[in-house]
Amino acid sequence: MNANVTAMPSDHEPESDIHEQRALGFWLYLMGDAVIFGLLFMTYGIMVGNTAGGPSGKTLFSLNNAALETVLLLVSSTTFGFASLASKAGSRSAVLSWLLLTFVLGAGFVFLEIREFSGMIGAGAGPDRSGFLSAFFTLVGTHGTHVSVGLIWILIMSGQVLFKGLTVPVVSRLFRLGLFWHFLDIAWVGIFSVVYLPGLL
Amino acid sequence: MFGKLTIEALPLYSAIAATGALVTVGGGFIVFVVVTWLKAWKYLWTEWLTSVDHKRIGVMYIVLALIMLMRGFVDAIMMRAQQAMALNNGGYLPPEHFDQIFSSHGTIMIIFMAMPFMTGLMNIAVPLQIGTRDVAFPFLNSLSLWLTSAGAALVMVSLVIGKFSTAGWTGYPPYSGIEANPGVGVDYWIWALLISGVGSTLSGINFIVTILKRRAPGMGLMRMTPFTWTALCASVLMAFAFPALTVACGLLALDRLLGMHFFTNELGGNMMNYPNLFWIWGHPEVYILILPAFGVFSEVVSTFSRKRLFGYESLVYATAAIAILSFTVWLHHFFTMGSSANVNAFFGVTTMIIAVPTGVKVFNWLLTMYRGRITFHPSMLWTVGFIVTFVIGGMTGVLLAMPPADFLMHNTTFLVAHFHNMIIPGVLFGYLAGYMYWFPKAFGFKMNEPWGTAAFWFWMIGFYLAFMPLYVLGFMGMPRRMEQYNDPTWQPWLIAASMGAVLILIGIACLVIQLAVSIRDRRKLVDVTGDPYDGRTLEWATSSPPPPYNFAVLPEVRDREPLVDMKERGVVYQPPRAYEDIEIPKNSAAGVVLGGLAFVLGFAMVWQIWWLVILCGVAMWVTLVLRASDDESEFILSAAEVERIEVARYRALRNQNGRRR
Repeated sequence: MNANVTAMPSDHEPESDIHEQRALGFWLYLMGDAVIFGLLFMTYGIMVGNTAGGPSGKTLFSLNNAALETVLLLVSSTTFGFASLASKAGSRSAVLSWLLLTFVLGAGFVFLEIREFSGMIGAGAGPDRSGFLSAFFTLVGTHGTHVSVGLIWILIMSGQVLFKGLTVPVVSRLFRLGLFWHFLDIAWVGIFSVVYLPGLL
Repeated sequence: MFGKLTIEALPLYSAIAATGALVTVGGGFIVFVVVTWLKAWKYLWTEWLTSVDHKRIGVMYIVLALIMLMRGFVDAIMMRAQQAMALNNGGYLPPEHFDQIFSSHGTIMIIFMAMPFMTGLMNIAVPLQIGTRDVAFPFLNSLSLWLTSAGAALVMVSLVIGKFSTAGWTGYPPYSGIEANPGVGVDYWIWALLISGVGSTLSGINFIVTILKRRAPGMGLMRMTPFTWTALCASVLMAFAFPALTVACGLLALDRLLGMHFFTNELGGNMMNYPNLFWIWGHPEVYILILPAFGVFSEVVSTFSRKRLFGYESLVYATAAIAILSFTVWLHHFFTMGSSANVNAFFGVTTMIIAVPTGVKVFNWLLTMYRGRITFHPSMLWTVGFIVTFVIGGMTGVLLAMPPADFLMHNTTFLVAHFHNMIIPGVLFGYLAGYMYWFPKAFGFKMNEPWGTAAFWFWMIGFYLAFMPLYVLGFMGMPRRMEQYNDPTWQPWLIAASMGAVLILIGIACLVIQLAVSIRDRRKLVDVTGDPYDGRTLEWATSSPPPPYNFAVLPEVRDREPLVDMKERGVVYQPPRAYEDIEIPKNSAAGVVLGGLAFVLGFAMVWQIWWLVILCGVAMWVTLVLRASDDESEFILSAAEVERIEVARYRALRNQNGRRR
């Protein structure tokens, strides 16, 4: 722990209280984000049949691609979990390595998604083709945007771990990043089971 | 280079629009000149714009709300004048301009008048009432303020550059779709709502955490003031309802910008999904606005009746019940859309049920006044006027909750009369009551009462004259939002309504005069005690205006009315034995910078100036990351400094008491 962070007069608000408040605030933000995803799922649900004579999920989706994306994201959640454990153990290099691995897996996920999207747009099945495709691109794309933001955040936090060390504020930020990353996993499980599986089966 | 922006965007198409633009630019210019002349830029920047102190942020929110109240009211009186004269002729406003005016009136009054007014009152009162030194996230609080201001600025700029939306404040497709509305107006509306919506979501999160985690020792949930309770419920609604607005506006923007088909009439679009998404936010929004006003009324009625609030627990449970029920009634905004009879019946019944907890509150207030020793401070007048008027609006609401009756009244002026009958007394009267009630807390001097009383009566009588005729017109079949009409039996009622608007104009003038007179007489109206009304709750335990840290020593709460309890125990206004160092958040320019960037980003999105969008987006990211990585956002106010401030206060108190004797 960094000395100048802990060296606070004892009668002040303890540092742990502040981070507890931030964690609660972040949980509330995630729940608001969950409302956004919920409404996008709802919109997808009512528009899935509105293909307007265009392609449907059956011809567009690839189970292999979706399964690989799922594996990458779920494994990245696990590696993030190891990063969190390492931060509790106070091992800076372990945290950095796990974060790096998480980043690589997440970047692989985003790469696969971009490849899928550009393939669909190239085949004339872009978001302006039908209501179904608008809803598909928006739901999956919102998740992909979140993952991309998470990737940038991982880089920033890696920089903080590298230069500031595992200080109390840095560890508390890592904790919130973890919440964010695991939340995206849950959202993806929803996408896999609501979008890809029913679309293909 | 400048996207769709050309010289054509200047409002030279009509003299009235050009005048509006001139007034906006002129107003901004006058403010600029006055601040420069007073050499106040540095003071404004260091003491206000970059402040993260919740009291100052609250004041700035209310300044924004009052400015936007003027703008929204100008829209209102222009509509009333148009309808009063437009029998069998075009009146003085072309349809295109009239449509912009009713769209901006609704948008401004809900999003940029009522929301900032409410958030401002919450900022000023809640941290003091729960006995804490600041909100949980002071910087986010500043960011929320500036994002809201950025949205308001976008609406104002649409007066000068381009046009505003003509699709109404709800922006229903297909009116708001790119085919029916190819101009930039709807885009202004979308980006104003999206940007300020983020600010409101963050405010909601901030106040939930503040209220749940930062209460003074001893203050259990059931010892919180009614206003804090309503602020908590409204914050929960803000955090969970505003994301729905983000989705509705975001999808509409995707339709317009990228040619998607969420709400279009072709290629599988489903425009009936839009009202669903919009009102999943929109109905809770009504309660976001009205619950804190209920809280203000509860504080005011108890203070000025010199009694404990009657049935505190029932009021708390009623508030929570309304908050939950508010998510179950949204479909009543579009009974006529074609849902089945059973679906309509379900939402009709939930709508009627929500009247029950609201009725409980009316009895709470009435029975608090019963046998109370009532002082008719202007805040109390707003409260009594509210109770009487709101009950009428509530009854017309229950009428509209019946789907068969709604089919007859839908889209008529009856509906317009109904929701103004809820929102003017239920929201605006409440906020004005709160503004006059907490003004001495924020500034250290009381407001002039006669002018406040005059403002109340003009508003009250003006309200009845302006909106009762609209009920009648609704029964006569007059649709809302009509630019001209050919039924001569409507005109007398519309002329009466315009007279009501004139009375309200006088009411607004009284508010302005009241503020000016109060500032002029501030020495005479000064309040040294910090407790001008013999108050009952913690905000009156500290000085006015409170020091940056609010309380030198955090109060210990032993009762639901902590200040009454402390007065009875004789421990109020006692200097503590020793002072301590206090941690205070540093001012930050990041909030105002991010707000400014958000404004430019919104403007660039509206005009599709893509390089500027990217530039602002990157700049916002960098600012946010720099701020979020800052580990030293606080400084220590030394115990000696705290002691100096407090000793000065106790000396002033003693002098005052000496003079009284």
